[in-house]
Amino acid sequence: MQRSWPILAGSLLLALCAEPALAFCGFYVAKADTKLFNRASQVAIVRDGDRTVMTMSNDFQGDPTEFAMVIPVPTVVKREQIAVSEKALLDHLDAYSSPRLVEYHDPDPCQREVYEGLRALGYLRAPASPKMRDERQKSLGVTIEARYTVGEYDILILSATQSGGLETWLRENGYRIPRGASEVLGSYIRQQMRFFVARVNLKEQARLGFTYLRPLQVAYESPRFMLPIRLGTVNADGPQELFVFTLTRQGRVESTNYRTVRLPSDVDVPTYVKHEFGPFYKAMFAEQVRREDMSVVFTEYAWDMAWCDPCAADPLSAGELRRLGVWWVEGDTTAGANVFLTRLHVRYDGDHFPQDLVFQQTGDRQNFQGRYVMHHPWTGEAACSEGDAYRRAVSARMEREAQNLAHLTGWSLEKVRRRAGLAPPPHAQQVTPAQRSWWDRLWDW
Amino acid sequence: MPLTRDPRLYQIACLAGLLAYGVTALGFEVGPAQILMTLGTALLAQAACGFASGATRFDPRSALISGLSLCLLLRTDSLPLVALAAFVAVASKFVLRVRGKHVFNPTNFGLVAMILVSDRVWASAGQWGTGGFFAFLMACLGGLVAHRAWRSDVAWAFLASHVSFLLGRTAYLGDPLEIPLHSLQSGALLLFTFFMISDPRTTPDARPARVAFGVLVAAGAYYVQFRLFRTNGMLWSLFCLSPLVPLLDRLLPGDRYHWPASVAGATSGGTVDATLVADPGRLAAPGAVR
Repeated sequence: MQRSWPILAGSLLLALCAEPALAFCGFYVAKADTKLFNRASQVAIVRDGDRTVMTMSNDFQGDPTEFAMVIPVPTVVKREQIAVSEKALLDHLDAYSSPRLVEYHDPDPCQREVYEGLRALGYLRAPASPKMRDERQKSLGVTIEARYTVGEYDILILSATQSGGLETWLRENGYRIPRGASEVLGSYIRQQMRFFVARVNLKEQARLGFTYLRPLQVAYESPRFMLPIRLGTVNADGPQELFVFTLTRQGRVESTNYRTVRLPSDVDVPTYVKHEFGPFYKAMFAEQVRREDMSVVFTEYAWDMAWCDPCAADPLSAGELRRLGVWWVEGDTTAGANVFLTRLHVRYDGDHFPQDLVFQQTGDRQNFQGRYVMHHPWTGEAACSEGDAYRRAVSARMEREAQNLAHLTGWSLEKVRRRAGLAPPPHAQQVTPAQRSWWDRLWDW
Repeated sequence: MPLTRDPRLYQIACLAGLLAYGVTALGFEVGPAQILMTLGTALLAQAACGFASGATRFDPRSALISGLSLCLLLRTDSLPLVALAAFVAVASKFVLRVRGKHVFNPTNFGLVAMILVSDRVWASAGQWGTGGFFAFLMACLGGLVAHRAWRSDVAWAFLASHVSFLLGRTAYLGDPLEIPLHSLQSGALLLFTFFMISDPRTTPDARPARVAFGVLVAAGAYYVQFRLFRTNGMLWSLFCLSPLVPLLDRLLPGDRYHWPASVAGATSGGTVDATLVADPGRLAAPGAVR
């Protein structure tokens, strides 16, 4: 049986939370989680000092016999350092940190205090015998440092002396190695990295009764704070999507060998985005990637995990954090535990991301979230004098919102205006001769 | 002497330009408050330390260079730490001296000392990206050409060694050339090479010593990055190796560098008599500072 490797494929599921939840700054109405993206991998990295716990998951949806994962790791890992985690933990982390849409309802402009308040706030905007196998792998320079069955996975920790041998060994053992992988494997071998190879043990999977692949978790101690992405770019069919959630004690995590850029946030958008927040987020991300020439790492969320505002999902419990590997959280409460979450989103390919991602923890504890804001205009009667001013302000605000949306997503402004129910821009409207400037009349002859 | 012959004026313009580019185009997280605090403290520290050491004239140029470099490199969310970094950087010039010459590049000392004492200070090596690399390179090279290689031998020695180490590693690992090229297209590397290690006031006096120092710093940076796997290898390497400079100066004596039209105390704590240098590329007469 040939196993494709590394496999990152999946289906697109759009899950929007329509249930509004009350929060201090606006009503949280929707989130855009990682399920929106095809070929997405999620990695949670808990890191403090040199201690690292990595939880890896991808959206593989095919036949489990086709699944295999080869990950370079900086050290040999023992059986006790590997665990199978729960998909729900990563899903919760994803939901908690997703870009979110919030909404505000404009109050009655005729209630002067409220109107003034808003204005002040600026809102009016193949199997062989074991012996033969051993000899074969020795001749290829491949050493199986350890072999474990953890949950539904068979895991091998390999070290190798030559890339050709390792590639041959992997092929002979049923891994479909892309052309060009040999060079990359060779580089990791010379960097004295080991290879963590996981595949599904069907018997164990049937016994355990899981119908999907649970994330794998590895704990190790190494000064290297990095994520190997080069293997995934060999012969990859187009760019891939990677979400990295780091949980650290000190502060935000950023890349040291690529620019780390914040996703545009706190932007007012037209209210129709409420019904298509998923496509909005995808288009916006694609546009930002295009503008940055697909060469940056985006920060989508950076927050102290003790709280959130508005909450796209409840913060993780102390138990959940511990299960993700946050060993310094004790007891039942996360208060004062100092867990800082950074959510990084990378779209990468071999041309734009030639190196593995290297990270550093910074002292930055400023909170940041991808947050998009809708303002619902007051629809009641506003017969007072402030009503006219309010309507003019709302028109101007809606125009700005449409422009924001077009700018963020690269969508056509005309289309956005139409969708937002806006009239054509003022310059296209009929103007009286008195309103025309002298230069408008200059070439009227 | 024409004012424009002082390489520091070019440096100040260049660093200010880079800061404006970083803040507007690259989104550096340096607010006006941090910039004002850094520059203000650096200038105040220069004035205070200069006064304390008996200087007769206030020269803001070196302090401005240190301040602007700190704005480009130091990241923190605490204004008091910003002020402390600027103070420590400038004060180090007056306090940490061997035979009348300060030991550390002030920016390097201020930055590394703050990273050592506080976990709220960091340097973002990746903040430059590769986008404006060539414009950046031209600006740096322009500085060298304009000022006829004021002690640029140390910069070239460092750069050549750094490139050789990276290419050597690439060849050993069998990696594609894109990897070292990506690493080399770094604004952080250029800033370090042309504005920090090449600081003529803290590099060894003799040319062979400067070349050896450049190679050593490159080796140290490689060790920190690829053996210890820590970030900011260049900054750490320069910091750790700077105390070697007095030793190198003793083993290989050479002529002490002075800024053109250097005035007593302006940059060196008042222990030096005024020394005029006709050409920044040339060295001051031996004995003038001893």
